[in-house]
Amino acid sequence: MTGHDVVFVVVGLLTAGAAVLTVTSKNLMHAALFFAVTLGGIAGVFLTLAADFLALVQIVVYVGAVAVLFMFGLMLTRAPIGREALDGKNRGLAMVVAGGLFVVLTTLLIGAFGDLPTVEVTGPRIDDLGIAIFADWVLPFEVLSMLLLAALIGAIVLARRESGESGEELTVTRIQMAEDRDPDALEGEQAALTGGSGGTGDAEEEHA
Amino acid sequence: MSPIGPLVLAAFLFSAGVYGVIARRNAVLVLISVELMLNAVNINLVTFQNLLFPGDPAVTGQMFALFIIGVAAAEVGVGLAIVFNMFRNRASVDVDDADLMRW
Repeated sequence: MTGHDVVFVVVGLLTAGAAVLTVTSKNLMHAALFFAVTLGGIAGVFLTLAADFLALVQIVVYVGAVAVLFMFGLMLTRAPIGREALDGKNRGLAMVVAGGLFVVLTTLLIGAFGDLPTVEVTGPRIDDLGIAIFADWVLPFEVLSMLLLAALIGAIVLARRESGESGEELTVTRIQMAEDRDPDALEGEQAALTGGSGGTGDAEEEHA
Repeated sequence: MSPIGPLVLAAFLFSAGVYGVIARRNAVLVLISVELMLNAVNINLVTFQNLLFPGDPAVTGQMFALFIIGVAAAEVGVGLAIVFNMFRNRASVDVDDADLMRW
């Protein structure tokens, strides 16, 4: 077991633990933060697998953008916090399905790839990646750019309010200057104020 | 480095995502679990690329991983917009409440 393997095991355990906490955490914001830790751990796994460019893309796109987007999503939708509120009644079923899936997958993987020799990790250089994108993968690349544009427009159309529906109207209290007013009326109001029955009380209530 | 370690880690992350999708009720947390599953697939792709087929001139595994990252970012945008719309219309992000199209 080389030092490389040790680093991978440490990063992998961190990632797996953060993933478990992501799907079991009782607090929404904690779940989102553990998700960010999981994504960072996956970037570390990419680094140990010698995929440097992918690790950087993972950090920029996932940790930088997607995790923050999820936090916005959680903050903008008020939702109750607590285990019963977050998890449905089929937690047992989920445990059985996920556990069974993991056991089956691990058995299959060890059966298929368990006897492969350990090899030195080598990744492509970043200029090989660039040449591959713009030589072999240029059509999917352009299609992806159109997909991103369509998703951008679709998200705006979905999240926007309908035209004509502009939310609640705020009551605006007009500021009145003392010199704009008739001095007699001002004096009368002052008398009303000192008299106890506040003339400005109505305005304050409206504002509240 | 043996490929079995990253592959088992990816299987574990995928299973955690499956658990989250089934057990969680908050729609945003369901989306987070879906992202977890996509990331598990990315680990698999990079493992196969760099450990089993390192000499591939088209770098297929890492390219697929990059495209999955791009598509997942688009998916998060549209998914969150749908969740916001649902929250505005029903004042809830509980996936059990979204049963309008249930037969």
